[in-house]
Amino acid sequence: MKRRRQASEGGIERLYPRGFWKALAAPGVGWLLLLFVIPFYAIFSTAAGKLDPIFNTAVPEWNPVYWQPDGFGFVFENLASDEGVFRLVFLRTLGYVLSAVALCLALGYPVAYYMSRLRGRLRNLFLLLMILPFWVSYLMRIYAWVNLLQDDGLVNKILSITGFMEPQAWLDGRGSTVVLGLVYGYVPFLVLPLFAALERIDKNLVEAALDLGASPLRTFLRITLPLSKQGVLAGTAIIMLPMFGDFYTAGLLGTPRNSMIGSLVNFYLTEATVGPAQARGAALVIILTVIVSVLTIYYVVNTARATREARA
Amino acid sequence: MTEASAGTEPNRGNSLSALRGWLANPWRKPRFLALVSWLFLAWAIVPVAIAVLVSFNSGRSRSTWQGFSLRWYISDPDLSVLHDPNLLHAVLQSVKLAGLTMIVATPVGVAMALGLARWRSRPATGANFLMLLPLVTPEIVLASGLFLVFVHLYRLGDETLFGTPAQLVGHVTWSIPYVVVILRGRLFGIGKEHEEAAMDLGAPPMGALFRVLLPMLGPAIFAAFMIVFALSIDDFITSQFLSSGESSITIPMLIYGNGRTGETPSLNAVATVMLVLSLSALGLAALVMRAVARRRGGAGTPATQELVRFEI
Repeated sequence: MKRRRQASEGGIERLYPRGFWKALAAPGVGWLLLLFVIPFYAIFSTAAGKLDPIFNTAVPEWNPVYWQPDGFGFVFENLASDEGVFRLVFLRTLGYVLSAVALCLALGYPVAYYMSRLRGRLRNLFLLLMILPFWVSYLMRIYAWVNLLQDDGLVNKILSITGFMEPQAWLDGRGSTVVLGLVYGYVPFLVLPLFAALERIDKNLVEAALDLGASPLRTFLRITLPLSKQGVLAGTAIIMLPMFGDFYTAGLLGTPRNSMIGSLVNFYLTEATVGPAQARGAALVIILTVIVSVLTIYYVVNTARATREARA
Repeated sequence: MTEASAGTEPNRGNSLSALRGWLANPWRKPRFLALVSWLFLAWAIVPVAIAVLVSFNSGRSRSTWQGFSLRWYISDPDLSVLHDPNLLHAVLQSVKLAGLTMIVATPVGVAMALGLARWRSRPATGANFLMLLPLVTPEIVLASGLFLVFVHLYRLGDETLFGTPAQLVGHVTWSIPYVVVILRGRLFGIGKEHEEAAMDLGAPPMGALFRVLLPMLGPAIFAAFMIVFALSIDDFITSQFLSSGESSITIPMLIYGNGRTGETPSLNAVATVMLVLSLSALGLAALVMRAVARRRGGAGTPATQELVRFEI
């Protein structure tokens, strides 16, 4: 009976051997410390590291006391100068990401709204078809567009048959093609959180607003839109995070003229090994991280709050 | 148009009022919205479907249909998936990596989910936070960090671990949080009542854990296995950053490398193989979760919705 009393007092966790739950969590925690936290630190150490005098390669400096800002200095100088490649690439990335996010919202919101109004079998079917692209490799979905947009691809064939437009060299370094690819690749990830937020809205509120004489537009602007704000922000964060690091969409659908920040990281960090390239690549990663960390922090706080509410 | 005029003249212009109607009124039949949404779905799915179709083309073209065949899968003596060593190797590498990732990440993640759900203390809060971080870190940042530690820190003498070992470590690192999130959802759903009942009836704590709780978690654990497999097989950035060249090329890396230069539908065939592998893993997961929901009396959420939930 003693055991029973304990259970009602402290929860059944207490009946297990001391430290049991900690031991269960330990391998996972250890893994993430060794292979997530330390790698993250290594990015800083490399960015602020020194140059090996013999091999002329970047070497990480593990002790923060000896960190030097050369890698950052190079990146920032390049960003500040008018002819800097980095500046061009950063502005281009920003342009691509912002236009793609705006298009994703313009396209995704109506679809999520429609989906949240569906009921029964049709809703399940729509939802199933909607999550299908989630589970098709991103690279394959973009590659599907390479097929379609080739010079002799289906898009140009349809254009020349219908005479609607002259066939185009779509893959010849066009920003619009890359933005289309980004929208195509990421919009499903926006629609689902939006759908979840829109679905939670109490229909009675919408009904009340309309009954009290608000126009449909006003009802939408004052009731539905504010109530779906969390979904819009979370969805935007979810698609913006990976988009800033994306280099493969531009790589498959564009030319080096369309390269994004991710392409620079990929090149400086993993391909160029001579001189301080790796330190510069690491500095780029940190700047990228700073750009997206505002979004990250927002998203973590948001998720934590949602989890707390779900638990309560 | 100002809000006031929108309120007093609700029927100005047919198209405009239709537009306003679907913005706000959930009871009106949303024809325009429905059209947009189903077109959106078609746009999301058709390009991939065409890419799959092209893989069965009997000719070399990636845009003109020349009849059905399995030429690019098995019959072409040089260029088919079965006979081109590069393609076959990529398929095997992807499957090997996904299988190993699944085997390593799932047990670690399951133990971590159990531990974190029950271990109550200040470090546990920190561990929970640490677990969420990889989910919100752009993959390129994690991959860069791992690349740097495998260059500078985690190496065997003169040998680096790039290739399958590093790729495996990378995949496991971002898979663990997914497993934890999936399992945590089920753990909260099950509650502690069953364990308490078992202990009241005389089961030792470990008996309650292994003979009551773990079997109840079975379907979720199975789903975690399958989802990790599907995520791993679709991964590009981690595999790319941590590869060691030719011998560790996976299917997505192959698509990235040859997407623009490929001349036959064999690349489509490889991509289709990947699609089938990841979708069948997910199909299995969905089936199992649905069967369990049914057995519980049909009150459970449809598997599709559960799949959506933890993606968000």
